[in-house]
Amino acid sequence: MKSIGAYFIFLGSMFVRRESFSSYFKLTINECISIGWNSILIVAITSTFMGAVTTVQTAYNLVSPLIQNYVVAQVTREMVVLELAPTITAIVIAGKVGSSIAGGLGTMRITEQIDALEVMGVNASSYLVLPKIVAAMIMYPLLVILAGFLALYGGYIAGTFTGILTETEYIYGIRIDFNPYTVQFALIKSLVFAFLIASISAFQGFFTTGGALEVGQSSTSAVTKSCIAVLLADYVLAELLLN
Amino acid sequence: MIEINNISKSFGDNHVLQDISGKFERGITNLIIGASGTGKSVLLKCIVGLVIPEEGEVLYDGRAFLKADKDEKSQMRREIGMLFQGGALFDSKNIEENVMFPLDLLTDMKKDEKLDRVNNVLSRVGLENINKKMPAEISGGQKKRVGIARAIVNDINYLFCDEPNSGLDPRTSLLIDELIQEITHELNVTTIVVTHDMNSVMGIGEHIMYLAKGKKLWEGNSDNILTSGQEDLEDFIFASKFMKKLRKTL
Repeated sequence: MKSIGAYFIFLGSMFVRRESFSSYFKLTINECISIGWNSILIVAITSTFMGAVTTVQTAYNLVSPLIQNYVVAQVTREMVVLELAPTITAIVIAGKVGSSIAGGLGTMRITEQIDALEVMGVNASSYLVLPKIVAAMIMYPLLVILAGFLALYGGYIAGTFTGILTETEYIYGIRIDFNPYTVQFALIKSLVFAFLIASISAFQGFFTTGGALEVGQSSTSAVTKSCIAVLLADYVLAELLLN
Repeated sequence: MIEINNISKSFGDNHVLQDISGKFERGITNLIIGASGTGKSVLLKCIVGLVIPEEGEVLYDGRAFLKADKDEKSQMRREIGMLFQGGALFDSKNIEENVMFPLDLLTDMKKDEKLDRVNNVLSRVGLENINKKMPAEISGGQKKRVGIARAIVNDINYLFCDEPNSGLDPRTSLLIDELIQEITHELNVTTIVVTHDMNSVMGIGEHIMYLAKGKKLWEGNSDNILTSGQEDLEDFIFASKFMKKLRKTL
């Protein structure tokens, strides 16, 4: 409970004694590159394979003369858009970006760089963390959109190359009974996940004490706690927005 | 001048600082000395506001720092420069950006003016043509010099140095000590240096405060420290074999 309280105080501290807009703008752009652009490759690889595997495994489980082939693509679409693109990508990003944020801030803490900022009168939590959270909330939804498209493309390649279904069946399947609200839901989830990953990881890194060993522990803790928070939020959002 | 009154700080049951008072004059190098774990760095952090003491007050030329509101504190912080133990340079910025950082944040100077200023202070600390290097590419001594340059790049009135000689060879330590003293005299700033290096104490100790077990046990200067008669301080000074031999000679 104490940690949760400290986390909320930490979030509140970012909005007092802020610096000029221009200094945040430059930092946010840099963070967008670090969080978004530098994560494209890993997101592309995981999502393409995720879509491919989902198609193959769905087909494996739907062997019945009563079920038409296009249903495989329809199921793949629902799984990708509603769950896999936002949630699995969040787990990947928690591992890559979360550990990087916690490690970076932890190192800054133990090498007194954060103290140096405070002595200069800079609100270190606001200056260092706010751009990371804003950048994550800008870039993560874009990564989820990319992941969604690539997962569906991965499903298409796997489905058509292995003969599970034809191109026409796959395209028909991902278009039939499409509910645009699922995309909205995925984007809402992506915003919440981005906030959780960036803020929890920053919190873990910002309050690191000790040395190099503790920086490693902060990174590990950041990834673990971010993943748990993402999964909890995933359930809560599903209950709130889908029921 | 910086004045500290009745500073006390505890971490749990550990009373790190107990009722410490003292004055640090402008234009001279003030040293806070003591063995490791005696609370020197905590006292320095209390003075600059990185640690909030349970009791006591810090006055910057008569202005109460700890009780000041945010705006006043922010204004006072602009007059502070600090050199940290490891330099505390920002890893993601090159040397020029590191030194320029306080100017970017705290002034409205134009880019050219800022660059001139940066080059001047880098030249003052004996570093030229390293503007574009990253902190990881320079030596420990150079990092300390860049740290000093960053501390003085803004028009400061107060300079704080936390163990400026840690991790440096004796010759480089001496150069850093001399640089700190020269800057103190040249800029007429109030300088407080935390150290446990006896070479620094004897070399630049114009005013010395000795701490042990969280208490101030002695105050003086490098001229009278060897004859203080304070038992604890003498144990600290003459801890090494070399100093013990020197003591016998004296």
